[in-house]
Amino acid sequence: MNGQAGQYCVTRRQVLVAGLGAAGSLVVGLPAFAYEEQGQRTLGFFIRIIADGSVLVGLKDPEIGQGLRTAVPMMVAEELDIDWGRVRIEQMPLGIVKTADGYAWKYGGGQGVGGSTGLTSNWNLMRQVGADARRQLIRAAARRLGVDESECGTRPGSVVCASRDTEIPYGDLVVEAATLPAPDDPAPLRGMDDYRIIGTRRQTIDARDIVTGKAMYGIDTMRPDMRYAVIARASVLNARVKSFDDSKARAIEGVLDVFTIEGPEPGEPYIILASGVAVVATSTWAAMQGRTALDIEWENSPNAADSSERFWRENEEMLRGDGQVVLDDGDYDAAMAAAAKTVMHQYRVPFVSHAPLEPQNCYAFVEADKCHIIAPTQMPAGASRAAHAVTGIPRENIRVDMTRVGGGFGRRLTNDYVAEAAMISKKTGWPIKLVWSREDDIKHDFYRPGGLHEMHAGVDAEGRVTAWAQRLASGSKYYRRPDMPDENLYQAELYVDDFPRRIIDNVRMEYFHNPIGLPRGSWRAPAHTANAFVIQSFIDEIAHETGQDPLRLRLDLLGEPRELEYSGHGGPTFNPGRLARLLRFVAERIDYGKRLPKGRGIGIASHFTFGGYAAHAMEVTVADGKLAIERIVAAIDCGFAVHPNGVDAQLQGGTIDGLSTALGLEITVKDGRVQQSNFDDYPLARIAMVPSLFETHILNYDDVPTGVGEIGIPSAAPALTNAIFAATGMRIRALPVLGQLGTDTRWDATSAASKQI
Amino acid sequence: MVSFTINSEDVSFDGDPGTPLLWVIRDHLELRGTKFGCGIGQCGACTVHVDGVAQRSCVTPVSTAAGRRITTIEGLAPSPDSLHPVQQAWLEHDVPQCGYCQAGQIMAAVDFLNRHPQPSDADIDASITNICRCGTYVRIRKAIHRAAELAAREKS
Repeated sequence: MNGQAGQYCVTRRQVLVAGLGAAGSLVVGLPAFAYEEQGQRTLGFFIRIIADGSVLVGLKDPEIGQGLRTAVPMMVAEELDIDWGRVRIEQMPLGIVKTADGYAWKYGGGQGVGGSTGLTSNWNLMRQVGADARRQLIRAAARRLGVDESECGTRPGSVVCASRDTEIPYGDLVVEAATLPAPDDPAPLRGMDDYRIIGTRRQTIDARDIVTGKAMYGIDTMRPDMRYAVIARASVLNARVKSFDDSKARAIEGVLDVFTIEGPEPGEPYIILASGVAVVATSTWAAMQGRTALDIEWENSPNAADSSERFWRENEEMLRGDGQVVLDDGDYDAAMAAAAKTVMHQYRVPFVSHAPLEPQNCYAFVEADKCHIIAPTQMPAGASRAAHAVTGIPRENIRVDMTRVGGGFGRRLTNDYVAEAAMISKKTGWPIKLVWSREDDIKHDFYRPGGLHEMHAGVDAEGRVTAWAQRLASGSKYYRRPDMPDENLYQAELYVDDFPRRIIDNVRMEYFHNPIGLPRGSWRAPAHTANAFVIQSFIDEIAHETGQDPLRLRLDLLGEPRELEYSGHGGPTFNPGRLARLLRFVAERIDYGKRLPKGRGIGIASHFTFGGYAAHAMEVTVADGKLAIERIVAAIDCGFAVHPNGVDAQLQGGTIDGLSTALGLEITVKDGRVQQSNFDDYPLARIAMVPSLFETHILNYDDVPTGVGEIGIPSAAPALTNAIFAATGMRIRALPVLGQLGTDTRWDATSAASKQI
Repeated sequence: MVSFTINSEDVSFDGDPGTPLLWVIRDHLELRGTKFGCGIGQCGACTVHVDGVAQRSCVTPVSTAAGRRITTIEGLAPSPDSLHPVQQAWLEHDVPQCGYCQAGQIMAAVDFLNRHPQPSDADIDASITNICRCGTYVRIRKAIHRAAELAAREKS
């Protein structure tokens, strides 16, 4: 995000309190949220009290399925004191304001969702919005009644004054509340013990719209005179368009225009991924048909020889040499030399694609001096920058509207598809909706980086782990980032403060960068997914090779609750005792240690991700080469669960995402071409993978919530592969699992899919 | 010219008869509850009913819809104020996360329950193949069982 350094400053009063606008409508000195229509009663940017007493809450951040559209109004309703059934939610547009030296956020806080920060960035702000609005309503009532405000309180939806035996609905007080000068100090917030909405189970606020087909996503955008666009993309990474013959394409009914889209130089930062040929038409299908009919000649690409085979070979070769030492606690070499036993294994984590179910898309209308973007995006300010970069239109003249997003998973942190749409609209002058096909999406993603991890441990005669090393050769996510020095590439791949730093005294981390030409980006819980698999597998291996129980060894290492310094995202501290608590809990629930028949096993794992803690226990059967997940127990400690129904959903979904990816997903490259293209060869899990015995548990710890979108994923994969080891003695050291157990797995229902309906 | 009914309304389409039904529904009839996910009949986000049977509309040429009765998610509920038992069960178990696949999931589940009014978990595993990228499968399974109960109750 940018703009925090700007001189423009939103005061508390501007954010939280409204003024009386012209014609009796209520707007603040700055524009009221979302839409400015006459007669609307608006408190600050975020709250509009409707005449019927219902309350419309503005959401500054996008909904990507993580549940913010439900969790945020819960915060407001709690503090404002409104019945849950009276609250509605509306998406706000991007709000940026030009300052002397750049741009600043208009709504008093950044906009965007990533790193499980959506909930935490709203937690204090939106509770305070509700509390301050409630206080203004009380003050307005007190003034009207001629009593001291201490004589007034609220019940849901109205101010009550016991001494006057009077109750005034909020809707009757908004004008006075908005015109009264607000105090400078923040209104006090409720304590946990008084919550009647926060922390309770509420239904997803949009559920009814979703199950009736009314919920609208970016791809559903329809605007006057809108045309449809698709882009033909090179199958070879970074290949540029040399020439094309569009005669057949233009002969297709509905095709309006065909032209080249210029991409960045190979190796340069991305605005869009690569050059291509745009086809604009009167319908999506006509555009797709036009694309199929194109005859394009591509230039040779510097990445034409890239391959997965070469990538993995280079990683192995690099690990035989010396890399960049990025962490060197204690005296690793001495501890290894003194160890009674050493353990070493390598683990392979593949590139994977995000594949959100709503393909990338964007509406853009570029005019001479302004631009309108409607997009499913996780980072609306990035969308604004992207549109500015390709149109030159000042950002304050670019309107960015956010739609409901059909899955984010980190893919929509990058706004390349916004830049493409703006290019096409600028070239044609038409309002256009760009739509990617699924093949576009899988073949042209910012993939989760693949890497080869080499793990070393030294164990003393008592079984204590005294030395630990992680040596990683990977394609860093920070590849082709602007202004990114090579020596910082490791930071996206190795989070140095993760377990077991400060738990084991002698720890070394070493990094080697592989510059394969695959684009890469943030994939839900980025490097935590790789590192949790590697670390939690390796701990298991150390335990087995030193005659220790895997749970006992983990609990001994994690120890009692204590705050360890953690400088990365999710800090400032990491409390390993909270992981131990979760591990004990899931182990007990699944009856860890019980006798199991041959071919059946239990695996456990835990991980700390972006401030939240999770653990998994899984029971699997492997028989005749077929894997069946029999039971899953998942537990999360997100501090305090604001929206427990949503936390459960994220833990369920995160677990399934972790398993789906570990079991079957990999992006590979041959001759510079991504080899996967759609869900037939990139087989996301279907319902058959998921056991009926699947329980989730929320273990609150204190009153400080963390986001939960990414917490539930990282420990899922190693719990599964540890269970496979317990069942079979076979250690999975390379993902995905698919193909390593003998025959197909029970969950693989892709063959059924093509036959069914 | 291809004519058919959609959610009980008579409609016709005079473009390329090879156009997938999905794009006729979305771009021409402007019913946008039916979603595009893969274009090859794999994910099921585009599932609609053709004469009451679930079909993946992204691989269904509109020409094959001639004279047929098409139902989309918008036309599933018996009236604007009520819900189909499967929609009701989806609400009770609060299934959706991003929600993008759910129209297709519901249309597939309705057809599945017509054929398996008392489904077992194994029946669900064998027949329900729609993809949910958010992983709402735990709740989908519960909601299908719940919908079976609700439908049985409605009948009795």
